[in-house]
Amino acid sequence: MIQLEARTAPSLAMSVLSPLVALLVTVVVAGLLFVALGKDPVRGLSVFLVEPFNGTRALTELGLKATPLVLISLGLALCYRSNVWNIGAEGQFLLGAITGGWLALWVTDSGLAIPRWAFFPLVTLAGALGGGLWAGVVAFLRDRFHASEILVSLMLVYVANLLLSYLVFGPWKDPNGFNFPQTVNFAANTEIPRLVHGMRLNAGFPVALATALAMWLFLFRTYGGVQLQVGGPAPAAARYAGFSSRTALWMTLVTSGALAGVAGAYEVAGPMGQLTPHVATGYGFTAIIVAFVGRLHPLGCVLASGLLSMFLIGGELAQSRVGLPSALSGVFQGVLLFSLLACDTLILYRPRWRRTA
Amino acid sequence: MNELASLVAATLSAGTPLAIAGLGLLVNERAGILNLGAEGMMLVAALTGFAVCFETGNDWIGFAAGAGAGALVAACFGWLVIWLNTNQYATGLAVSLFGGGFTAFVGVAYVGKKLAERADYSIPLLRDIPFLGPALFRQHPLVYFTVAATAGIAWFLYRTRAGLVLRAIGESPESAHALGYPVRPIRLLAVSVGGAMCGLAGAYFSIAYAPLWVEGMVAGRGWIALALTVFATWRPARILLGAYLFGGVTMIQLHLQGMGVNIANQLMAMLPYLATVIVLVLISRNPAWIRLNMPASLGKPFFPNL
Repeated sequence: MIQLEARTAPSLAMSVLSPLVALLVTVVVAGLLFVALGKDPVRGLSVFLVEPFNGTRALTELGLKATPLVLISLGLALCYRSNVWNIGAEGQFLLGAITGGWLALWVTDSGLAIPRWAFFPLVTLAGALGGGLWAGVVAFLRDRFHASEILVSLMLVYVANLLLSYLVFGPWKDPNGFNFPQTVNFAANTEIPRLVHGMRLNAGFPVALATALAMWLFLFRTYGGVQLQVGGPAPAAARYAGFSSRTALWMTLVTSGALAGVAGAYEVAGPMGQLTPHVATGYGFTAIIVAFVGRLHPLGCVLASGLLSMFLIGGELAQSRVGLPSALSGVFQGVLLFSLLACDTLILYRPRWRRTA
Repeated sequence: MNELASLVAATLSAGTPLAIAGLGLLVNERAGILNLGAEGMMLVAALTGFAVCFETGNDWIGFAAGAGAGALVAACFGWLVIWLNTNQYATGLAVSLFGGGFTAFVGVAYVGKKLAERADYSIPLLRDIPFLGPALFRQHPLVYFTVAATAGIAWFLYRTRAGLVLRAIGESPESAHALGYPVRPIRLLAVSVGGAMCGLAGAYFSIAYAPLWVEGMVAGRGWIALALTVFATWRPARILLGAYLFGGVTMIQLHLQGMGVNIANQLMAMLPYLATVIVLVLISRNPAWIRLNMPASLGKPFFPNL
């Protein structure tokens, strides 16, 4: 029978191979699922694996979807590296959407003639403040009262969602909107500058890539990055070295909250152009998968964001092309994460044949 | 008076699924396994229970199917964390994410479907006692089951040898392993029991409480049940108390609206989530107390050298 045996050192090869194997498993499962549902598996798979890359429009849409995933997953990777379990990025995303949306509404109402390029950094800041503050609450309760950041951050997702609902059903509702729960459309000058004419891809995308580069420099080229990360795998060593776990807690939570908030602000000031109760689309949860598939590495997060946004777009296409609910992408995301975690076992252990006694 | 009786009745009804799930999670946490997949297991079970109940027309087959589905998902989780030694946090999260995605996908077929006329479970004679009747004796049988299960689990944990072994494994799997107890199979069993209870709670939502299927209908109660185990400092009776407390908070929100208190319902709906945060803060304030009560190996990997 097969038994697992601890490796003397973690296998680097397996840690790179594992996401690829997991992807392969997911594709096989997906193919089988299409067959089981009586759909043509080749047609089904091509919707997920080929069409998101087919043409300039498809590629720009891929980049648009990847933008929030990159931003959020970078922050989460930072958290998980220092053993801080922020799973409420969705709530921080929503708060950023609310504060970013508030700024855009204010500009719209006051008719301020601010150029797009000048509004862009302002809305970035607004989103970062909103998301950072929301995560700051988690950090404060964890630091001061030792309340589990897992449960608190997740509870605040529901609170943020209800807060958004309250605003768009109540005080921020468009008075001329036939009673629909949504704000007015934001003024044209609040829209995030687009990159390619006629495509929705916007300046948020290069910002996300630059953030990934900055995160890489911080994690692997600065002393502060080392300090934060030691606390994850070796909390005792971090204490002896005098690295503060409190600093790590605050730093990682507020940074990841701010990044998620920026993603939220870009979403409402970009493709949405108004606030509705449907701002929450699960980016905050998908980004958790991105962070793990990307090996908590900034470059990996960028690649994995591309992969997961491919799944998201495939899910949307599946509805019109193969006649399956778009929730299909959620199933595939789950399968991907499961197989990844199972494959990750081989990083620390190797299978060994053993005769049973 | 009638107002109060119906508030009590609604509180018990709302607290019941939280208590069932919380008790199940308590069992597997006492064995040292933290399953963050409660929300996902409850969703899978809510859908399974609803679908089976819808197709067979029998509530009890529906509940059994829900519990079975919860146990199955939990067993998959258990195999990953106990034998493959995957990270318990990440794997539990995966269960919750998968449960949400999977049920949203499969459940499309059951949105808007209605179950047959719900049975009246009120107890003859007792139901006519003034105040006590409407407050206590017109409940779903699972409400009474929950009280019995609390006592049963407390008895099992503190008064039986098997319960002692379970707690020993949760405190120190190494010692239990050295004594020759099959740590990993027992942990798998505990995780499956936890899953079955979460499943029962999930099925209660879709068969008895709501009764309907909507995507994401568990709405964070799985996470609240996880918070309950902390609140209860891992004691069965306190789970029950905490669950009714949360049930009460959920219900007061509706009653205040009925009494004409003019607060937007979205803000009122935040109450259970805010209450969870406040309770966590109050209970976690003293880390020494938590350390004293928390199963020592909770969430930590155990890999026996065979």
